[in-house]
Amino acid sequence: MPDGKPATSGGEIGAWEMVLYRVSKWLRSPTPYLMLVGFALFFGAWFLLSEVFKVWRFASLPGPRQVLLEWINPHPVYGLSLYTPDYYTHVWSSLRRVLYAFVISTCLGVPFGLFLGWSRNFREFTFPVFETLRPIPVLAWVPLAIVMFRADETPVIFLTTLASFYATALNTMLGVQSIDQSYPRAAACLGASKWQIFRHIVIPGALPFIFTGLQISVGVAWFSLVAAEMVSGEYGLGYVINTSYVNVQYPVILIGMISVGIVGYASSALVRLAGDYMMQWRVRELALGGGR
Amino acid sequence: MSEAAAAVAQHAAKGAIRIQNVDKVYYAREGRVQAVSECSLDIRAGEICMIVGPSGCGKTTLLNAIAGFHDITGGAIYLDGQMLCGPDKPKAEPGPDRVVVFQNGSLFPWKTNLDNVAFGPVVQGRMTRKEAAEKARGMMADAGLVGVEHNYPGEISSGMRRRVEIVRALMNDPKVLLLDEPFRALDSLTKSVMHEALLEIYYRNKVTIFFITHDLEEAIFLGHRVAIMTTRPCKPKKILDVDIPHPRNYSVLTSPRFRSLMEETVSAVHEEAVKAFEAGEKEM
Amino acid sequence: MSAAIASGAEPRSRQRHSIFRNHLVRAAISLVAFILLWEMGSRLKLPWVGAVPPPTVVMKALLPLLTDQGYWYSWYQSSRRVLTGFLAAMLIGIPFGLAMATSRIFRDVTFPVFEILRPVPPLAWVPAAIIFWPTQELSIGFVIFLGAIFTIMLNVIGGARSIDLRFFQAARSMGSSNWDIFRRIVLPGVLPSIIVGCEVGIGITWNVVVAAEMISGGGGAIQSSAGGGLGFFIWNSYIGGSYPLIVVGMISIGIAGYISSSIIRRLGLLVTPWMRVR
Repeated sequence: MPDGKPATSGGEIGAWEMVLYRVSKWLRSPTPYLMLVGFALFFGAWFLLSEVFKVWRFASLPGPRQVLLEWINPHPVYGLSLYTPDYYTHVWSSLRRVLYAFVISTCLGVPFGLFLGWSRNFREFTFPVFETLRPIPVLAWVPLAIVMFRADETPVIFLTTLASFYATALNTMLGVQSIDQSYPRAAACLGASKWQIFRHIVIPGALPFIFTGLQISVGVAWFSLVAAEMVSGEYGLGYVINTSYVNVQYPVILIGMISVGIVGYASSALVRLAGDYMMQWRVRELALGGGR
Repeated sequence: MSEAAAAVAQHAAKGAIRIQNVDKVYYAREGRVQAVSECSLDIRAGEICMIVGPSGCGKTTLLNAIAGFHDITGGAIYLDGQMLCGPDKPKAEPGPDRVVVFQNGSLFPWKTNLDNVAFGPVVQGRMTRKEAAEKARGMMADAGLVGVEHNYPGEISSGMRRRVEIVRALMNDPKVLLLDEPFRALDSLTKSVMHEALLEIYYRNKVTIFFITHDLEEAIFLGHRVAIMTTRPCKPKKILDVDIPHPRNYSVLTSPRFRSLMEETVSAVHEEAVKAFEAGEKEM
Repeated sequence: MSAAIASGAEPRSRQRHSIFRNHLVRAAISLVAFILLWEMGSRLKLPWVGAVPPPTVVMKALLPLLTDQGYWYSWYQSSRRVLTGFLAAMLIGIPFGLAMATSRIFRDVTFPVFEILRPVPPLAWVPAAIIFWPTQELSIGFVIFLGAIFTIMLNVIGGARSIDLRFFQAARSMGSSNWDIFRRIVLPGVLPSIIVGCEVGIGITWNVVVAAEMISGGGGAIQSSAGGGLGFFIWNSYIGGSYPLIVVGMISIGIAGYISSSIIRRLGLLVTPWMRVR
């Protein structure tokens, strides 16, 4: 009888050595250098066009050096830089709203999506309304949201939550539907009740799609949030971008944009890492290049 | 019946299946499909019954009916005299007395191998996690699966996955093991090893095995009886008694008796295969 | 892939007798229930819902609009913006995406820049776009373009990557040139992903158009008399206090968005007939 030696290595090659090896391999390929070329081209062109040669409309755009200097300036000309507490107030304001929206939309969206996928009865009664409301762009809700929720913060959070909710619920439902039917069947054979199948098969099986949905939902949240902040509300990065245009403080516009980009990217990456942690089995399986 | 007597009775009458005049009709995009028509077959308790037929002929439909995944539109199926499904109850309840091992494998990828194997008893409430884990470890060791308990199914080879799945099924003391072309995706070298592994497991556990395959050699090697099915609609065309004694090993494959059994049946199988090919049916 | 695991979904081998099992009937019931709840909640002045005009009032407000030329002109304006921005995004995004998928060097140079620009929400670009572009229409168009292009490009790259290697090998062994392979393997292989990217992208596009039109009507970045469109219609109705028209506007945009998604899906199926048989 062949003995059951696992396919993975125990401690033959350590994780740290693997990382070092991969990094050195990456450094030896042309990839990182081409990446630098790409960045150089982009920032170089921007710099040359807006600050040096002042070509056409680029003249009125703030250049990268201007923006950078302002951003790291302890005494910024326009009052907003990494050194001013106001900056962090705005960042935190936006971040907080996204956080609320994300938590609410996940707590509502995941169970909703799970039931949509799991129960045909539930789906046939609920999905039509869901689908009818979905084509309405989230930002078209802005005035109605202001009418409905008089307060300042609530419309913004409502809009962001709505957008995230759609993404989460839809992807969760797809996740449940994508589960190969032999898994719940096998579980039924092994004596699992409907709820046990839901707990042990449906939820873990849908998890990859759920996390994809959560990543999308974070992106969508930032998208809606910035728009909502630009139209209504005080504080927040969208508000900053809007008002700095009105007050002709152009470099701040870009600082705002860059900040949104960074925070948005970081939140997406966090969700992805959380997903990787929760789905160890998937990470290992993909690493070994295997599917089922 | 007292509990002890019931337990004895359960072990004694282990898994005789009677398929009686079963019909299965379903409605697909192309219209009305008769998958199974007036199919009758008796499977004896404790035997390995091989079901051979071309792809798409409806064998899986039969298995699904026994397992309780589909209903039937006519006839009845009995397990040890108890009706699984019939005119008043078209769909059987899936349960741990008839566990299925699927074609493409259905070990839960998000549970470790040990958790997979221990799943059945734990979920039925028959054992605590600790007890189930211990029993699982023991049964896995018997099947030659040592050291992979805490790996995930995605990390081990497909041959080992099959064995884990079979052990997972056997943990529940099933009466019948329903195997739906379990070795189809394995290469023939792994397959021959798996055959011996399956036989070894069978000798230890003596369950009834209902094994679907399209491979005639595999069927004659493993089975006590081989039922050759027609193309859609499915019904037994010829039933072969394989009188090669158990226990068997791979040397059986070159024995004269094996070759003569092949001769007897290969033309019947080939005939159905040609029919299926010409009908151009898509495999289900 | 159907939800065969959902309760009650086995291949239908018997006719269900109850009419309430029919999914179309159920859809109708749920929509009617929704409208009734809305009507009641609105009339009973429940919190939040009470502020929304009830469906009957909304319908009454809609009817005169159907013959109002200005209303349909708004439709035209929004649709025009969506169309032009989206087409521009496709015209540039698809070739760019294909280039990134096929040429390693091109991808290594451009992808990092692409990735750092992507997290910035399109609407955050609005003020910068206004500063840069001479006319407001161009600024809006640019923002729309940005909104759609990232999605389209990602889908193109993903789609090209997922083409089975064996197709290339088969083509080569039959003597195809590079151009042949591009035309006959890469392009058709990428088409389904492009279509998916377009479906998602058009949703984003509508969001951006609506927002840009609202911003141009309200306070903020864009102050100008030009504009119009359905987003502007909504914002205007809000400012003017005609709340039923807000809902009319929302419904109109929803319908417009749905029509455009359907068109894309139909066109998509036309161009990829092999995807129909699943």
